[in-house]
Amino acid sequence: MPSQDFLRRLPESDRTLRKRDRLQQRLHVDFWLLLLLIIISSGGLVVLFSASDQSLATIKRQGVYFLLAYFAMLVTAQVPVHFMRRMAPWAYALGVVLLVLVVLHGVGAKGAQRWLSLGGFRFQPSEVMKLAMPVTIAAYLGQRHLPPVFKHVFWTLALVAVPTVLIIKQPDLGTSILVAASGLMVLFFAGLSWRYILAAVTLLMASLWPLWHFVLHDYQKKRVLTLLNPEDDRLGAGWNIIQSKTAIGSGGVPGKGWLHGTQSHLNFLPEGHTDFIIAVLAEEFGLIGVLILLSLYMLVVLRGMTIAVRAQDSFGRLLAASITLTFFVYVFVNIGMVSGLLPVVGVPLPLVSQGGTSIVTLLAGFGILMAIATEPRKVIR
Amino acid sequence: MSEASHFKDHHREARLFFSRALVAGGVIVLLTGILVLRFFSLQVDHHEDYVTQSDRNRVHVLPIPPTRGLIYDRNGKLLAENRASYTLSIVHERVSDLAETLEFLATLVDISANDIEKFNDQLRQRRRPFDAVPLRFGLTEVELARLAVNEFRLDGVEVHAQLVRHYPEGDLFAHSIGYVGRINEQELSEFDPDEYQRYSGTHSIGKIGLERFYEPELLGEVGYQNVETNARGRVLRVLDSGDPKPGSDLILHADIELQKEAMAALDGHRGAVVAIDVATGGVLAAVSAPSFDANLFVTGISFKDYRQLNQSKDLPLFNRFLQGQYPPGSTIKPVVAMAGLHYKVITSETTVHDPGFYKLKDSSRLYRDWKRWGHGPNVDLKQAIAESCDVYFYDLGFNLGIDKMHSFGDQFGLGEKTNIDLPSERRGLWPSRDWKRGARGESWYPGDSLNVSIGQGDVLATPLQLASMVSTIAHHGVRLRPQIVASIAGEPRPPIVDQNVDVEESIMALGIEAMAEVVHGKHGTAQRIAQGAKYKMAGKTGTAQVVAIAQNAEYDSDALSERNRDHALFVGFAPLDNPKIAVAVLLENAESGSGAAAPIARRVFDAWLLNEHGELRE
Repeated sequence: MPSQDFLRRLPESDRTLRKRDRLQQRLHVDFWLLLLLIIISSGGLVVLFSASDQSLATIKRQGVYFLLAYFAMLVTAQVPVHFMRRMAPWAYALGVVLLVLVVLHGVGAKGAQRWLSLGGFRFQPSEVMKLAMPVTIAAYLGQRHLPPVFKHVFWTLALVAVPTVLIIKQPDLGTSILVAASGLMVLFFAGLSWRYILAAVTLLMASLWPLWHFVLHDYQKKRVLTLLNPEDDRLGAGWNIIQSKTAIGSGGVPGKGWLHGTQSHLNFLPEGHTDFIIAVLAEEFGLIGVLILLSLYMLVVLRGMTIAVRAQDSFGRLLAASITLTFFVYVFVNIGMVSGLLPVVGVPLPLVSQGGTSIVTLLAGFGILMAIATEPRKVIR
Repeated sequence: MSEASHFKDHHREARLFFSRALVAGGVIVLLTGILVLRFFSLQVDHHEDYVTQSDRNRVHVLPIPPTRGLIYDRNGKLLAENRASYTLSIVHERVSDLAETLEFLATLVDISANDIEKFNDQLRQRRRPFDAVPLRFGLTEVELARLAVNEFRLDGVEVHAQLVRHYPEGDLFAHSIGYVGRINEQELSEFDPDEYQRYSGTHSIGKIGLERFYEPELLGEVGYQNVETNARGRVLRVLDSGDPKPGSDLILHADIELQKEAMAALDGHRGAVVAIDVATGGVLAAVSAPSFDANLFVTGISFKDYRQLNQSKDLPLFNRFLQGQYPPGSTIKPVVAMAGLHYKVITSETTVHDPGFYKLKDSSRLYRDWKRWGHGPNVDLKQAIAESCDVYFYDLGFNLGIDKMHSFGDQFGLGEKTNIDLPSERRGLWPSRDWKRGARGESWYPGDSLNVSIGQGDVLATPLQLASMVSTIAHHGVRLRPQIVASIAGEPRPPIVDQNVDVEESIMALGIEAMAEVVHGKHGTAQRIAQGAKYKMAGKTGTAQVVAIAQNAEYDSDALSERNRDHALFVGFAPLDNPKIAVAVLLENAESGSGAAAPIARRVFDAWLLNEHGELRE
């Protein structure tokens, strides 16, 4: 690459690197990030144990997924960053093809069609897109002059739109928002002009009306209406949100104690082990538990942003920042919806909610962060 | 690859990125702050509200229905009990799709269209939210097992053991004890808030008979249970509870064996028998035939069964002894005779010539005696009663006039409710001048008095009233209120004196003597029942003309004529000297008081007065 003309590898035995840093470099592991992730996922298992009515089977299953996910993370972390950049278009193309296949031949549940069945193994291609999207956009914009000009913004938006529309079609609003956000955030960090941002926000506001009337499904509208007035249908659509607020509120500051949440254990709280698990945590560990978890998430975000800032080129910066911010969006959307600030969309609480492939995807994302963090130093001559 | 790379300004891009990262960091802090504030608001500011709501969620007050009081006969034999029965109920609020649930339930247990109908009726009624509405009663073991296996698929469906009323004697006491049935919409709407609470765990209420009259005593007091439930309404544990207070047990004056004998004596014929304990006014037996199985009504009678009962022309649901108003015929003659003696219109020596008819002075109408050729030239009081001479009483009735007849008969309870402890009693009709003016707008004619004197015309009485009347005579003028229930929760109900008849003892004795002649006299109309009797009795037969009854044209001629035949009546008491039991018998269209009704009374006397060896009881 021509840009490498200006770069030179630092000698391996640089004295300015501390011993620990050298170990991190060699293992391609960011110890801080790893530690935070392990703390959160262990705490998550503790909450999940209670939320699943003390089901050891659930914990074992979740544990297996965690092992798989951490393994995927460590493997991903070994991948050279420039290789990721080169592979990005292919991953993107593969993701789009799979999404088209879902629309044509997917299997699903509850009126949604989200899975592909490959010889008995089912998986969600939208998961591939969660990673392929930021990598692709970062690769595309990383090679351009930044801030991006109109032409590049246009092509970026097109790249974002195709998989997003395909995922909306499934329909899976939550995931489509997250996938789109991960792409758009790259654009933001690339320095998208504030004018464009302002225009986009204005356009979004203006499109709310047609969106409501022509695009959103009935069940999606119902969720929004439920958010605005959950008391209207206490035993129907409003049930989830009322019960989760009750669980959170009744927890108070110290909480009711581990395994002593009445809302969750008496089955009042639906989806307590998946999307609504923060309500179980809030009920049993109170405000203290919530603040601790939020602090841990903040530390992860802080570490992610640090890695982004320290990254050696635009690709690394944009990718790391996008993955980090997407992680925060997960946290915010999930906690916001469970506490009644946002409409109910299917977004799990990262590292705590029971999940399968989504955990693997999430930690693979952190693997990318670690790869960026431990990329061999290049200096500008 | 791109030529633009040559001009890439890495420092500028890094600075640009850094500024964007700062903005992002600001947004992150802001949004996190919002989340923290949100949780602070929920968990600190509104903590109390949500604790309340959470408790309300998990804690429910469940009413515990009290056990309904039992009913026994005088010897402690059970007449109404409570049996455990498994009931399938549905909490509508917890069922997402009722039609689907019902469909699925129908594959597990036998649910009839009738069950669904009743269930829907009750569902429409006003009730507390989350109350279980019963769908099927009396689940079998197999059905219970099927429900248990499928429990997880049946949100909002509950099975619980419930005590259901049962009448071991079926139809024997159906008209006096009555029955309980499911609370209907009208009853519910008449509940005051207090009653609404008392019935919160109870699905049935007394509909007729004692079950209705003593409803407050039988019901008991509702208990409660504070329970923790999960979102599906399943009870997980009991937090605290208050025991229900069971309803009071009732002991009746009635004797089950006597009741059986009276029922057997009627032999399926339409009619009624009432037997009263002369000393207390307690009702020893009260039968209305034909009867019906009271158990049919307890959990809701099927339309088919109800139609069958309701459309039978024998009217099994009709309580003949309490609500059947019949012309008493000659059975009231002793009372009319005593009125004559009391007002000194006649003496025991007064005689009347009976050519077989009686004629008022300025009228051509003949008032016939039941005996075509008359009872002879010198009929005195004793003979007039013993042989039931109509002409003697025509003459007496004419001379007495309606006013005296009415006021004297009044004292025996004619035309008045007996105020027995049963609901829906009818009062009969004991005519007077005022009544006729009010009801018919006509003045009283002498001919009317003639009809009243032989218990015809407008006179109507229930078998219960006649039993009370003859018991009053047996008690020498002390009219005790008839009572079905002897004691409530072990507390005896004392006899109630409703009237001391204003008449000299000698007159009463004369009347009784004449009534003894009816049975024991050579020409007494009921002399056949004296045969083989171990004790003496007194009585009076009656054969009452059926007042024009609107008959359905569809009846075949045999049935038509059968229904137009005279009613047969008998009133009497025994033993003569120390009366223990007074009886009234009515047989619809049985034609002969002496031939049909009197023998039934004899059987009832025997059953009460004799032991199993046919000897007088001590």
